[in-house]
Amino acid sequence: MSDSKLVIGRRGLLKGGVAVGAVGLAAPTFFNSPARADNHSGYLNAPQGGSVTLGFNVPQSGPYADEGADELRAYKLAVKHLNGEGDGGMMNTFSSKALKGNGILGKKVEYVTGDTQTKSDAARASAKSMIEKDGAIMITGGSSSGVAVAVQALCQETGIMFMAGLTHSNDTTGKDRKANGFRHFFNSYMSGAALAPVLAANYGTDRKAYHLTADYNWGYTTEEAVTQATEAVGWETVNAVKTPLTQTDFSSYIAPVLQSDADVLVLNHYGGNMVNSLTNAVQFGLRDKLVNNKNFEIVVPLYSRLMAKGAGANVKGIFGSTNWHWSLQDEGSKAFVKSFGTEYGFPPSQAAHTTYVQTMLYADACERAGTFNPCGVVEALEGFFFSGLGNGPTIYRKEDHQCFKDVLVVKGKENPESEFDLLEVVEVTPMSKVWYSPDHPQMGGEAATLGECNTGA
Amino acid sequence: MFGLNRGDTLLLLLVAILTALAPFLLNPFPEGSSLAQFNGGYPDLMQRFVIFGIFAIGFNILFGLTGYLSFGHAAFLGVGSYAAIWMMKLLTMNVIPAIILSVIVAGLFSLLVGYISLRRSGIYFSILTLAFAQMSYALAYSVLTPITGGETGLQPKLSDPRVLDTMLGADGTSRANLFGLEMGQSWQMDWNGWVFTFNTGYYVAAFVMLIAFYLSIRIFRSPFGLMLRAVKTNQNRLNYTGVNTKPYTLAAFVISGMYAGLAGGLLVAMDTQVGPERMFWTASGEVVLMTILGGVGTLIGPVLGAGLIKYMENILSKINEGLLEKWFAFMPETAGDIVVTVLALFTGKGWHLTLGLIFMLVVIFLPGGLVGGLIQGGRRMFRTGDRSADRKVKSNQTPPTSTPVE
Repeated sequence: MSDSKLVIGRRGLLKGGVAVGAVGLAAPTFFNSPARADNHSGYLNAPQGGSVTLGFNVPQSGPYADEGADELRAYKLAVKHLNGEGDGGMMNTFSSKALKGNGILGKKVEYVTGDTQTKSDAARASAKSMIEKDGAIMITGGSSSGVAVAVQALCQETGIMFMAGLTHSNDTTGKDRKANGFRHFFNSYMSGAALAPVLAANYGTDRKAYHLTADYNWGYTTEEAVTQATEAVGWETVNAVKTPLTQTDFSSYIAPVLQSDADVLVLNHYGGNMVNSLTNAVQFGLRDKLVNNKNFEIVVPLYSRLMAKGAGANVKGIFGSTNWHWSLQDEGSKAFVKSFGTEYGFPPSQAAHTTYVQTMLYADACERAGTFNPCGVVEALEGFFFSGLGNGPTIYRKEDHQCFKDVLVVKGKENPESEFDLLEVVEVTPMSKVWYSPDHPQMGGEAATLGECNTGA
Repeated sequence: MFGLNRGDTLLLLLVAILTALAPFLLNPFPEGSSLAQFNGGYPDLMQRFVIFGIFAIGFNILFGLTGYLSFGHAAFLGVGSYAAIWMMKLLTMNVIPAIILSVIVAGLFSLLVGYISLRRSGIYFSILTLAFAQMSYALAYSVLTPITGGETGLQPKLSDPRVLDTMLGADGTSRANLFGLEMGQSWQMDWNGWVFTFNTGYYVAAFVMLIAFYLSIRIFRSPFGLMLRAVKTNQNRLNYTGVNTKPYTLAAFVISGMYAGLAGGLLVAMDTQVGPERMFWTASGEVVLMTILGGVGTLIGPVLGAGLIKYMENILSKINEGLLEKWFAFMPETAGDIVVTVLALFTGKGWHLTLGLIFMLVVIFLPGGLVGGLIQGGRRMFRTGDRSADRKVKSNQTPPTSTPVE
């Protein structure tokens, strides 16, 4: 994917390289790590010279490589905008005007990339080398909750900021929340809370649900969230079956659904899992069936455009929730879609959106705090209220570093106009409906604490 | 010295010196120069070098000596890691109990797996071990989530009991340490633009690696080691002469399982986190690659192989297109683009491709692995009975032209 677009950034990179190269020390000096010698500012990897390095840690191989590639595109776009190149994207619509297009705090933004391989070990190794070798001041990315939790814990230990990418499990800002970590993406609880009323309105309140759940942490929290939310509107949960993550043929799991008297199938699956299970379910004719005199329905709690594309026509009319969709008509979304589309030729996914926003939010927080010091940045982000980044009014809650914003309930479009036009927004559930208390049992209860912010000094 | 002959002592000393000077040797390029990308002398990678070195040394005791190819060794590494993290959660953040328990638990687990798997040999043995490892992985990934933390894995938490630490009055914020000396602690030395990092954790791991290496030399040179080689040469003949080989192979299996557990425990000591991917079959395959790449049955080979693979995984995989374009910016536009496009296939996410190529080249042209190649090269250089070449051969006991005995 050697796109000629990158050539523009080459001269800039070169200049930055020279600037870094110019920094050198003559006499040998011994001092205590982690701080560097010539700009000892009391925190780890304090940027020296005219540039600051961010670490983009995304899956470039493995099951979520598609999402990772899109995240990386968004990161590169964000760096361009921060450095004052391109059309500025959402910087123009962002409610905070601290960013000036001259890098962050006057320092040119550079970046290093790494491959998480969607494995927590590899992700941590990659993040560590960014911190120890490349001097990254912030790590962002990840396309799975396991990776996000692992890297977030590493950043907390070493004293680096972590801006989570695509991670939907409650745990990231629930029981595994950390002071140095922030998540813009929504979570399982919000999906459940947003979906349940829409499902009740469309399918009635006396439904019997059957869950198929991916057998790992994200699946568990999503199943829990959706079960509780739907039971609150009167649904009954007939059964919940765990399916191995590596499963590609779900026929043997679909057949028992037919035997039960369930009339709704909830697929707590993501990525390739969801594509396969949904396709199987449709092939089995589930959607044409009448159970208890009601049409059989299928629900997918977490949707993404990349998944909808994989499942093709099978997604038509199926409800789910999503963090953001490129067809939104607010100024921020339009600006982002335009600038991403100009750069790459197709609309961004929700993974691209959340990572772009996270980079902007971090940069903005540094500007407002006047420092890269993690504790300063944490303070600037906590309770930060903003809008213009595609999700309407949004707040970074102080207690768990989770963003609260409206949640989109979407439906597979009946008559898609293009290969990207697969989902339509059914309802925008307001922030107040998906709000929960920081010590909610699904979020680890009272035992979950952020701990202290760590500067690594 | 230490019951070793002269050649082995020299080899051990050489390894000791190399590991001690690793922060210098692995950072040959000044900070900020364009070649600094190739520096491998940062703590995390150096730790990985020695830890996976231990893993490969242990694997070599089984594979190199007895010829039994285990395809499930990552399971022992993983089990060791889980044992270590639980020790840290329940008892103390001091790494000593964690490492000891990881060796014990991995030893017991390998006793169980070995007892069953060693009923078969050859490909059936490999498949059995692979099955056990995949089973462990699947268990850790989902079924045993309460114990293993599932996909997310385990990390120390503020709320962990940590009985011993609490008794000594420490709060929950302490890091992995050796009697107060934190593993993450590093010192940096600046010298004319070069930056060298000395990390406590690395030196602890390196010290353990030297002990492991020494033990492996002793095993290689012992009558027990000789018996293992006999198993590799012709197990049937041994059986016919009335020797029961099972205890020997089982002992070798358990020893190498304990080495793997030790590596797993050290991984946790350096970076307090465990995930189930550590037990995935690719991780088991990796150690086979390391051993073959470096030289099966040689003493130092597996360590070299481990170093090479970890270096490529961490350095090569981070060379992205942006960097390549920066390096080839001096070229004319089109030529530069072509070079970048071609090289991008082999760097970044394409590092596996480069590894595959190197592996093929080594297997085809250097059947004895890197060490075999070095010896061969050394022999060619000092053709007529030069003593240093002889000594090398003797120390490694690896005549390159010989049969698979070695």
